Amino acid sequence: MALLNIRNLTVKFATATGSFTAVDGIDVHVDRGEVLAIVGESGSGKSVSMLAVMGLLPDTATITADEMTYDGRDISNLSGAERRRLIGREITMIFQEPIASLNPAFTVGFQIEEVLRLNLGLGRKAAQARALDLFRAVGIPEPEVKIRSYPHQLSGGQCQRVMIAMAIASNPRLLIADEPTTALDVTIQKQILDLLMKLQEDYGMALILITHDMGVVAETADRVVVQYRGKKMEEADVLSLFEAPQHPYTRALLSALPENATGDRLPTVSDFFQREGT
Amino acid sequence: MEQDIPVVEGRAIVRNYHVPGSMLARAKSVPALKGIDFKVGKGKTLAIVGESGSGKSTLARIIALIDAPSGGELRIAGEPVDIGRRRPGPGLRSKVQMVFQNPYGSLNPRQKVGDVLMEPLVINTDIPAVERRDRAEAMLKKVGLLPEHFNRYPHMFSGGQRQRIAIARALMLNPSLLVLDEPVSALDLSVQAQVLNLLADLQDEFELTYVFVSHDLSVVRYIADEVMVISKGEAVEQGSREALFANPQHPYTQSLFAATPVTDIEAIRARVTRRKAARAAQAR
Repeated sequence: MALLNIRNLTVKFATATGSFTAVDGIDVHVDRGEVLAIVGESGSGKSVSMLAVMGLLPDTATITADEMTYDGRDISNLSGAERRRLIGREITMIFQEPIASLNPAFTVGFQIEEVLRLNLGLGRKAAQARALDLFRAVGIPEPEVKIRSYPHQLSGGQCQRVMIAMAIASNPRLLIADEPTTALDVTIQKQILDLLMKLQEDYGMALILITHDMGVVAETADRVVVQYRGKKMEEADVLSLFEAPQHPYTRALLSALPENATGDRLPTVSDFFQREGT
Repeated sequence: MEQDIPVVEGRAIVRNYHVPGSMLARAKSVPALKGIDFKVGKGKTLAIVGESGSGKSTLARIIALIDAPSGGELRIAGEPVDIGRRRPGPGLRSKVQMVFQNPYGSLNPRQKVGDVLMEPLVINTDIPAVERRDRAEAMLKKVGLLPEHFNRYPHMFSGGQRQRIAIARALMLNPSLLVLDEPVSALDLSVQAQVLNLLADLQDEFELTYVFVSHDLSVVRYIADEVMVISKGEAVEQGSREALFANPQHPYTQSLFAATPVTDIEAIRARVTRRKAARAAQAR
C-alpha cells in the first residue's frame, strides 16, 4: 500500500492577472521505504505539489485533489492541530537553502532541541543528549562545539546536515527533500546525498527528492516522475527512464545533458518547446 | 609571430583580500590567489574549475580588468596591464568583456534592452546614435533575440533570454576576450544547452577567446580546450581537456570527478542491483 497517495492534484494561484495553474492534475504516490525523485525545470510545479501536501502554500493557492491520503488517512482537510501532529513528525521536509532555513538569531542546538521538546515532549536534558546523538548521526564534526554555533558560523553543507538532523529527529516515515543539494558544491553534494541515502536505508523511511538535476536522479532514485509545466510527462523506474525514456520531453532533457553531447553542438529542447507553442 | 602571442596571459597572479580590523579583531590579509600562471590562445577556451571559495571568481574579475591583482603580471595581447596603476581606457575595455552568473542581477531593471546594449558604445566609442541603434538590433538577432525586443525591459524576459542579452552587451565592443563567470549555472538544463550552443557559435564566428569559470565538470568537458582546476587559491592541475578528463592527476581533481553524479546506464544498473540486494538481506 502506498504511504502517500495523491490523485489528480491541482493547485491554482490567484494573481493580479487572473488564476494561474501551477500544478495541473498530478498523480503521485510513494511507497514505504521508497525513494521517489520528482524531476523538472523551473515552473514545472515540482515543489508546489509537495508544498501542497505539507500545507505550506499561501492563502492565494487553491488546492483540489480527488484523493490525498497519508497511510490511508485523508490529509486534505486536517485541522491545524491534526496537521501539526502529522507534519514535522511523520512527514518532514528539508529545503534548498540550508542557511536561510535556519533562524540566524538562535544557536543550531537551540533550534534542534526546540523540535525535540515540541514534537517528542522531551525534557531539556534529554533533548540536549538526543540532539548530540543526531548531530553524530548526520556526521557533523565536533558535535559538542557545533551545537553551540549560530548558523552563520557553519558552512552550507553543515547547515544542511543540521536541517537533516532536525528532519529525522522524530523518526519520520516520509522525508521530502526539495533540491537539498542545489546550493552546495559538488563534493559536498555527494556527501549529503550519501547521507540521505544511508539514513533512508537505516531508518527505512520513504524519501521524495525534488530536483532539476538528472545526475542526482541517477544516483538516488528508485522511481522517477518527470514534470513539465504542472503536468506529469512520464513516470518510470530509474533504470527504464534512463535506458528507454518514453516521453519526448524526457528524451530532450536527457540529450541536453552536456555529458551526452555527441557532435560539437548540444541538442536542445526547443523542438519540444515549439510544439508546445512557446 | 603574431599568432603566438596569447590573447591573455597571467604570470604568478596573486590576490590578497584585506580584512579591516575592529575593536575585537586585528586587521588581516587573506590570500585568495597564491600565484596563478595561465595563457589562452586566440579562439580557445580556458575553463577554470573550482568549488566555492577556491578563488575562481577572483581570478575571473582580475582577467576581466575589474579588480587589480596584488602581485604578478597580467598581459592582454602581449601588453602588460596594471589597472591598479592606470585605469583601463576605452581601447583596453573593448578588448575584454565579462558575462556574470546571475542574469537577474546583472541587468539594470530600469534600463530598456536597447539602452543596455548601446551603453558600452556610448561610454567607450563616439559612434553616432543611428549606428549604435543599428548595431544593437543586429546584435539582438545574432544572439537569437528579435529586433522588436529593443524597447522592452529585462523583467519581460526569461533567465535564458536575459543571459543572451548579457552576452550581447558583452559583444557590443567586438572584444577579443570574453570572461564568463558561471554563465549557465543559474539556467535550466534545456536553456543551458541553448546558451552553450550560442557561445560555441559566437566563438566560431568571431574567433572569440573565452575564459569560462564553472563548477560543473560536464559543462567544462563540453566547452573547454584547456582546463585549470583551482583549489584554495592554487592551480592544482592544468592541461588540455582530453588529458585532464582522461587521466586526472591531482587528488583534488580526482575527488571532484568522483563526486560528480553520472547518468551512465551501467552505473545506475549497478546501484539498483545493489539496493535490491540490500533490501532482500534486510527482509530476511
